[in-house]
Amino acid sequence: MLNSRTFRRQFINRFVLIISTLAALLGIVMLVWILGDVVLRGFGVINWDFFTELPVPPGETGGGLANAIVGTLVMTIAAALMAVPVGVMAGTYLSEFGKHNLFGRLVRSLSDILVSAPSIVVGVFVYLIMVKTMGHFSGWAGSVSLAILMLPVVIRTTEEMLRLVPGEMRESALALGAPYWNMMMNIVFRAAKNGMATGIMLAVARVAGETAPLLFTAMNSPYWMQSMNEPMANLTVTLFNYAMSPYNDWQELAWGAAFLITVSVLCVNIITRLILSSGRSKP
Amino acid sequence: MTNTNKPDVKIAVRNLNFFYDNKQALFDNTLDIVANKVTAFIGPSGCGKSTHIRCYNRMFSLYKGHRGEGEILFDGENILDPKVPELQLRHRVGMIFQKPTPFPMTVYDNIAYGLRLHGNYPQSELDDRVEKALRDGALWNEVKDSLQKPGTALSGGQQQRLCIARAIAVQPEVILMDEPCSALDPIATAKIEELIDELKKKFTIVIVTHSMQQAARVSDYTAYFYLGKLIEYDDTQVIFTSPQNQKTEDYITGRFG
Repeated sequence: MLNSRTFRRQFINRFVLIISTLAALLGIVMLVWILGDVVLRGFGVINWDFFTELPVPPGETGGGLANAIVGTLVMTIAAALMAVPVGVMAGTYLSEFGKHNLFGRLVRSLSDILVSAPSIVVGVFVYLIMVKTMGHFSGWAGSVSLAILMLPVVIRTTEEMLRLVPGEMRESALALGAPYWNMMMNIVFRAAKNGMATGIMLAVARVAGETAPLLFTAMNSPYWMQSMNEPMANLTVTLFNYAMSPYNDWQELAWGAAFLITVSVLCVNIITRLILSSGRSKP
Repeated sequence: MTNTNKPDVKIAVRNLNFFYDNKQALFDNTLDIVANKVTAFIGPSGCGKSTHIRCYNRMFSLYKGHRGEGEILFDGENILDPKVPELQLRHRVGMIFQKPTPFPMTVYDNIAYGLRLHGNYPQSELDDRVEKALRDGALWNEVKDSLQKPGTALSGGQQQRLCIARAIAVQPEVILMDEPCSALDPIATAKIEELIDELKKKFTIVIVTHSMQQAARVSDYTAYFYLGKLIEYDDTQVIFTSPQNQKTEDYITGRFG
């Protein structure tokens, strides 16, 4: 009796261990597979022309995605310029003044909802309020939809990072006779700056790979950007179009775009981790 | 319990009642803090000693629903009156906290922060004042070659002396210390206690402590608090050798608390 129970226990133990190890392996394998495929097929496409040349019509050899790279950079930076000031200020409000009041709680839950809102919904929303009213796709509309996606991430990380600054640190500054604003600017923001930078970078990484919102707003373009007030080339929509095309050359370029996006987002994530761990080593 | 005949009363507390929302935390505290002496507040956790000293610089006003009633006469002026400007009050009443809280900046800037708040000094004078504060905080010899290092790089005891130097740099009249040694080892504690002895020549010091030995070592007067009430207040010698109140005796002999 005892023996068979021991055997059963050991069997279940081993069985569950094997199953969960396999499940973990499956997750890793998928990730390595995707990364491996993107690297193997994308890396070969990357060359000087890829970064400097405009796309060429199918059938012609050569060409690159320079306009799409510039477009993605410009729209992401414009989105950050819109979302970061608003997000940092809103996060500051939540942590300093809206901790318990009704408005604070409302803003907090709304931004939590916005974090998980499907990005395509944001794209359609901006399509309606900007593209429809202006009558054409534009880089501005693309930036606004990216900014909307960044905003809740910046708000919530700013709030959390400010709250991590100990109350005693704030009180020490106030006890010296510092006005509240001075304490915030010189002590609290300084103490939280690594964490806040991390939040901003994660927000950038989140939107850098977005396709759906740009599809409805910035659209795409085969030309160099002239202004942000017209359809604007970008990597993700280009990737989408090229991967769906029947032309081999374009499919190759799509792999290159996939490689570039993946590596950029990976770099941002690694840098963020480095910033965070360098901040953690301090007491 | 009454010290009204003592000379040089710096802070006269009269019927101080304190509330956290509807919960009353202090009941009719009345006592005098004597200038250029060290006054220790002792008592079990939650007895209101920290709440009491946080009234002296109105630190509680930071939080909603915290309010103090009664009078705290600082050189005769009731500082609980909202008309007394908070920033000037805190300029005159410095505070040291339980955990050292170096600001995220260099040792030099930690000290200079308070100085820059209250004056517009030329660089050379700022340098002099920072050096003087660090000397008065018994830290100068240890940090004079690392003024540009981050304040967080110092040891725990050094950090706490940095906080003391930072507080005295702005030349307050009173220094409040809320369990300043509870996060420190015995050697660092001994250094701070030596420093307190030195500082009382220039400042009036009120220290909250959980260590009765510390109260006995550093203070001239001791107040015993229990459940928000001031039970006994007298010369430290009297409190520790012949307390008048049975509750005080129970506490200091370790039968309670």
